[in-house]
Amino acid sequence: MTESFWTRVGLRVATWVVLAFLYVPLLILIIYAFNPSRLQAWPPSGFTLHWFAETAGNPGVREALATSVLAGLGATGVALVLGTLAALAVHRFEFFGRETISFLFVLPIALPGVVTGIALRTTFQTAGIDFGLFTIIVGHATFCVVIAYNNVIARLRRLPRTPEEASADLGADTWTTFRRITLPSIGTALLSGGLLAFALSFDEIIVTNFTAGPGTMTIPMWILSAIRRPTELPVVNVVAFVLILVSTIPVYLAQRIGGDRTH
Amino acid sequence: MRLEGIRKEYAEVEAVAGIDLEIGAGEFFSMLGPSGSGKTTTLRMIAGFERPTQGRILLDGRDVTALAPFDRDVNTVFQDYALFPHMTVAENVAYGLVVRRVAADERRRRVDEALRMVRLSDHHRRRPSQLSGGQRQRVALARALVNRPRVLLLDEPLGALDLKLREEMQIELKAIQQQVGITFVYVTHDQEEALTMSDRLAVFNAGRIEQIGTPADVYEHPTSTFVASFVGTSNLLTGDAARAVIGSDGIFTVRPEKIRIADRAADAAVGEIAVDGTIREVVYIGPDTRYIVSLDSGGELVVTRQNLETSSMEALATQGRPVRLLWQRRHVLSLARSEDAVGETEEEETTP
Repeated sequence: MTESFWTRVGLRVATWVVLAFLYVPLLILIIYAFNPSRLQAWPPSGFTLHWFAETAGNPGVREALATSVLAGLGATGVALVLGTLAALAVHRFEFFGRETISFLFVLPIALPGVVTGIALRTTFQTAGIDFGLFTIIVGHATFCVVIAYNNVIARLRRLPRTPEEASADLGADTWTTFRRITLPSIGTALLSGGLLAFALSFDEIIVTNFTAGPGTMTIPMWILSAIRRPTELPVVNVVAFVLILVSTIPVYLAQRIGGDRTH
Repeated sequence: MRLEGIRKEYAEVEAVAGIDLEIGAGEFFSMLGPSGSGKTTTLRMIAGFERPTQGRILLDGRDVTALAPFDRDVNTVFQDYALFPHMTVAENVAYGLVVRRVAADERRRRVDEALRMVRLSDHHRRRPSQLSGGQRQRVALARALVNRPRVLLLDEPLGALDLKLREEMQIELKAIQQQVGITFVYVTHDQEEALTMSDRLAVFNAGRIEQIGTPADVYEHPTSTFVASFVGTSNLLTGDAARAVIGSDGIFTVRPEKIRIADRAADAAVGEIAVDGTIREVVYIGPDTRYIVSLDSGGELVVTRQNLETSSMEALATQGRPVRLLWQRRHVLSLARSEDAVGETEEEETTP
């Protein structure tokens, strides 16, 4: 392709504008996390790690972080088990309405979080379940299951069936075949699905707001409440910075693992 | 092993249309046929991956039709080898012993023995991905043989190998089979492979068995047009040509290597049939030359001749020459028309 000089310059500028649009706000946030001044004014008045220490000592942050981690692990665990089972069922067996069921598994990710949230809230109230960590986990699991399901079924569709047949042929019953042959071959898909699910759960706020109840707070919820208190802003910056790391690293790892590597 | 009235239907399609078969202990038995003839489906039913729609499968007199693959004393070598990619060669071979809880020291001994048999003794710790196609094939074989099954099923195991390696493995497979004395049931679409290795073979066509017999039997006495054309060159004489050459109606065949070519003046010896024709085409194929001769009475015969004295130039120069073909009457075989004989029926149906 031969573009004119000005087309090339134009495209190059556009690329940088888009990148700036996406990343300058993140950069500013990160810079303020190291700014000694409690006021968010430009230019920053120096460099300090003081807010990191203060964040680490903040009981609200620590509690919210613990809740977020537990919710993430719980939702990921539930999602991996249910997602894998669902993927195996849909992949293995021919049954009436299989395509519909496959579609229904994936649909929740397209539903607005508000809808999922309010639907779950209504259900929990109807069933008389107390709001707390458990309800957060259930809420997060609704979209984490989709991630796990998609990852596992994509892998299963690429895998040849004959190794499983060979295993059965060599005397292994169904469970042994699953444990020794199927599970190792979907292992990396589970890992990458798990990482993605955890990252999604960790920064989720909409569904969480509906399912958390008054006493429980995750990290994103804590940030939302803290930005209204100007004295806490530097801590918010630090937390947000940590959140950037916690949510991008798993996604990056998941892509590296999940990417189709042939031996 | 015995198959009784085996049928298999998928949705509307009948893949196997009633098969009766008895395979003796220690026999090298081949199932030969084109793709879609039901041979692989039959093998998969013996292995237990598919349940027959009808019929029984007996192993040593025991009905195994309803048993799961892991409850049958049968092992399979798959066409794509189906090795476990996350295990080493030794772990692959040991798999059947591990899941059947064979003690560790006996396991090690038998794995060593199996790998020695397929000449892969130095490859214990390799991964399947580090092996060549031929080596993977051997691992698949060792992995099945190590369990000492009553019957070993092989699904076109040499299909993915190149010609040279395939010929080597044919000899090796046959030697291993004789050494271990296990019944081999071998699926292939390669007639030469089936003829070389088998004690007996079954020719499959459209979900049925056309003929069962020893290689010599099937090659020299094909009973149907399908077998005659699938195993070897067909050389069919039908209609006018049959009446003119043989003297009666029907379908007849004569193998191309039984025919000799002479000039028009040659006299037929006692018991010989003589037919005049013209050499239409000469195909030089190294050790032999193949002559395609148009008969004066209609039809065509293929004649192969070893290049004993002829050079390629001499052979090719015979094109267009009028000749007389001679062969002994006893080499003429009468055939039954097969349902879906390749080419034949189709042609007749389309020409009004």
